[in-house]
Amino acid sequence: MTRVAVVGAGPAGLAAASAALRAGAEVTLLDAAAATGGQYWRHLPPSRPAAREARLHQGWRDFTMLSRAVARHPRATVIAGAQVWAVEPCAFGDRAPTLQYAVGDADGSDRDVRTLSPDALVLATGAHDLTLPFPGWDLPGVFTGGAAQALAKSERVAVGERVVVAGAGPFLLPVAASLLSAGAEVAGVFEASPAGTLAAGWASGAASVAAMPHKLGELAGYVVGQLRGRVPYRAGAGVIAAHGIDRVEAVTVAALDADWRPIPGTERVIACDAVAVSHGFTPRLELAIAAGCALADDFDKLNPAGLDGLDPAHFDGLNPAGLDRLNPAEPAAPRPWSRFVAVDDDQRTSVPRVFAAGEVTGIAGADAALREGGLAGWLAAGGDPGDRRVAAARRRIARYRGFARALDAAHGIRPGWTDWLTRETTVCRCEELSYGRLTDVLEATGSRSIRALKLATRAGLGPCQGRICGRTVESIAAARNGAPLDGVVIDRRPIAAPIRFSELARLPHPEERHEP
Amino acid sequence: MHSDAIVIGAGAVGAACARALAGAGLTVTVLDASGAAAGTSGQGEGNLLVSDKLRGPELSLAMRSLELWDGLQRELDDELPPGIPPLEYERKGGLVVATTDDGAAPLLDFAAQQRAAGIDARPLTAAEALDLEPDLNPAVTAAVFYPEDAQVQPVNATEALLASARARGARTVFGARVIAALPAASDRLTGVRTTRGDFTADHVILAAGPWSGEVAACLGASLPVRPRRGVVLVTTRMPHRIFHKVYDADYVAAVESDAASLQTSSVIESTAGGTVLVGSSRQQRGFDDALDLTAVREIAEKATRVFPFLAGASVMRVYGGFRPFLPDHLPVIGPDPAVAGLWHATGHEGAGIGLALGTAELLRDLVTGRAPQLEPGAFAPSRGTLAAA
Amino acid sequence: MLPPERDPIAPAAPEAVTIIVDGIPVSGVAGQSVAGVMLAAGRLAWRTTAAARRPRGVFCGIGVCFDCLVEVNGARDVRACQRIARDGDVVAFQDETLPGGAA
Repeated sequence: MTRVAVVGAGPAGLAAASAALRAGAEVTLLDAAAATGGQYWRHLPPSRPAAREARLHQGWRDFTMLSRAVARHPRATVIAGAQVWAVEPCAFGDRAPTLQYAVGDADGSDRDVRTLSPDALVLATGAHDLTLPFPGWDLPGVFTGGAAQALAKSERVAVGERVVVAGAGPFLLPVAASLLSAGAEVAGVFEASPAGTLAAGWASGAASVAAMPHKLGELAGYVVGQLRGRVPYRAGAGVIAAHGIDRVEAVTVAALDADWRPIPGTERVIACDAVAVSHGFTPRLELAIAAGCALADDFDKLNPAGLDGLDPAHFDGLNPAGLDRLNPAEPAAPRPWSRFVAVDDDQRTSVPRVFAAGEVTGIAGADAALREGGLAGWLAAGGDPGDRRVAAARRRIARYRGFARALDAAHGIRPGWTDWLTRETTVCRCEELSYGRLTDVLEATGSRSIRALKLATRAGLGPCQGRICGRTVESIAAARNGAPLDGVVIDRRPIAAPIRFSELARLPHPEERHEP
Repeated sequence: MHSDAIVIGAGAVGAACARALAGAGLTVTVLDASGAAAGTSGQGEGNLLVSDKLRGPELSLAMRSLELWDGLQRELDDELPPGIPPLEYERKGGLVVATTDDGAAPLLDFAAQQRAAGIDARPLTAAEALDLEPDLNPAVTAAVFYPEDAQVQPVNATEALLASARARGARTVFGARVIAALPAASDRLTGVRTTRGDFTADHVILAAGPWSGEVAACLGASLPVRPRRGVVLVTTRMPHRIFHKVYDADYVAAVESDAASLQTSSVIESTAGGTVLVGSSRQQRGFDDALDLTAVREIAEKATRVFPFLAGASVMRVYGGFRPFLPDHLPVIGPDPAVAGLWHATGHEGAGIGLALGTAELLRDLVTGRAPQLEPGAFAPSRGTLAAA
Repeated sequence: MLPPERDPIAPAAPEAVTIIVDGIPVSGVAGQSVAGVMLAAGRLAWRTTAAARRPRGVFCGIGVCFDCLVEVNGARDVRACQRIARDGDVVAFQDETLPGGAA
């Protein structure tokens, strides 16, 4: 029997696990959180069930059906609180990579360290908020949209009494809605892209968007209905500073032009006790990179047409090994905001037996993640590729990719955002690196090496390991000094989560490792 | 474009060579396939050590280099722009400890030989060692303190040396991978063809670390340099509890070893950023940089034997570097025996930062025809111990 | 925290947990994160940064930014937003000073 491991129990991972079970596989589903559902279906803990939980969610029925089907299945093992902290590629390519994971309390000291060597692997690790720096973003009371939503959904805690929501993308609306549901007042929702960009962006994907009534519903119906008349919404505006001594007391909102440059003279100060800001999403790539999966940074290369596998030539300059130092093709300007795991039309990555699904392969929303996960799980389990549902899934996924392009065209990060930074603005929160210091080092060294730049500025060397600042720093460096040349992918983290010495010392010796 | 000298490789050794040559009045162009400190120099701890050396040419090179490092910050203070990060030079001293009865006698014997060679190596009682490092495992069986051991932040040091070279007129060109020698009428090397164009020079200095062998082959020369991999663990920031460089006595054996198989020993120290670096392993496996959990586990185990409190510390990062390794464990500094105009400066293995300044001084003296401070014969690329390899 | 009787999603009656935060008992609800207990009790920041000595608390809320690190029952580097609070957990604020006491 094929043994399939799925990492991540959000929409893509649950769908993958469910499909792999349908195809007859034995499935292990791992998630670091205490419950399944991912960030999308964050919900109250089982100890505190809510009668009308569905009101907080899109597609709650999908979640209950999938999670029940998987949890009750005799061939399924669901392990919550399982932190995958390393992935070891298979040296001979005839097996899937081996997962190293620790089970127990989050960041505990006495977790159970375990190893899993499946026949096939589905990576559905999702994405986290991408929040661009702005003056004062390091004050307590500044949150990502994801934080505001997670606390509202899974704890019924509002991050403030009067909250400003800002950034870019349709995700701002459910953030505002969940804040309202948790009892907060939302002082305004500010979308960075001006109305013209939004219209042009969404029109560019009109065909694929119109083909998805559910998707449009998510954007226009459900959420806006809840917000209408209660929350001011403005496009072409953003929070360009947060103010306060030891906590947020107010923010400055300004009108932004099409490049997201603040328009002088339009600033106004809004009093608030919290702000939730998200400018998009960053895929969680570390496990895929550790597994050896190729990445790509534009839509055409992400999903090359045809089923003949991936052309390695697509991935020059993005080799995650990063040390092919004598053969670096001069890379084009990197597009760090849109770097994802490359998959073919079957959700196969460049590594045999490794599939990827959901936001780790592109930001296209939960419906796309469900379809991609289903396809990946089915094929990972050895399901019949000729099954009619496979063809249907491929067609749907192709349309969702159109949606992803439209989303990027309408809400994608524009280069003018750096105009709202000051020399004093923190760029790397962990290491307290300022924008002024970063640009001074770039100027004095002419650095073209991500590795050297990190060590010279300490950007990305703190506990988050560049998850928050990495792509920002890469983008600033490339804009000033040209594309980095050292082939280092800033998302590469061989230790994917902190692990204690006491736990490392308990790892099985290689000769004791059980490799059936 | 023509220069007096081309330096291939913008790591610590190349940067130091460029600065020394520019300081001697030569026009210098530094070429790197990637960026500054993008290879070995960005993947090490920045050790400036005498504690792992014995009498011989490498010790002389290390002692001269340490002397030069000690004066470098003062020399750089006036020349460098504010964006160049600090060297983080610190003469913090090294403490080598044995934690087994079997390990005690060899450590003390080694230290006695080092004292005879002029190294300040001070045997300590367990109580004295615990005074220096209160969190050390009290079951120490022997300890030796080396007050001369020091460290720098290797990337910052490389960037500072390059910036100083530029202040002396040198030019750095990044993203220039060497493809071939330029065609020439004579049999002397007259320059290199790169992915960013042709560069001519009277002298070409090859300082590409573990990649020097491949570049040498492009230029018609041969150098038996190979990569030897090292792995270092980085903890999260913690209260300052480790005050010196602390090694277990296995370290010296691992450095000196010829074995290709994995060897680990503890090298533990705090950084200015509040993290603790825990090394290290040495293994020959080409340029394979996949995460090696066997090495990680062994390093973690040995480190907790030296500092038991580390058991609760979190590892947040692991990095591996490739060190340029020559079969007789000595660097090559000097003219290529076959290709006139080509010079080598590599093969320092894990000690390239520590030996960079002495290497650059010796190379400058050889290129410019000055009387060298150090006897160059032992480092000559023409030496018999390399030809045999 | 939104009182259950006013909550539109009508959650079940909460079961209380009490944790000790910086020496002071703080009450929360079973299943909440350590961060959620502290936020609901009105505490917005608990970590102090190493260099500028600035206050930090929750930022990303989903375990990515590591800004909310605390010591729980003597173990450092626990993400408060990820750790589920257990009755009696002792939460302390981490000392992040740099070597040499750099302020």
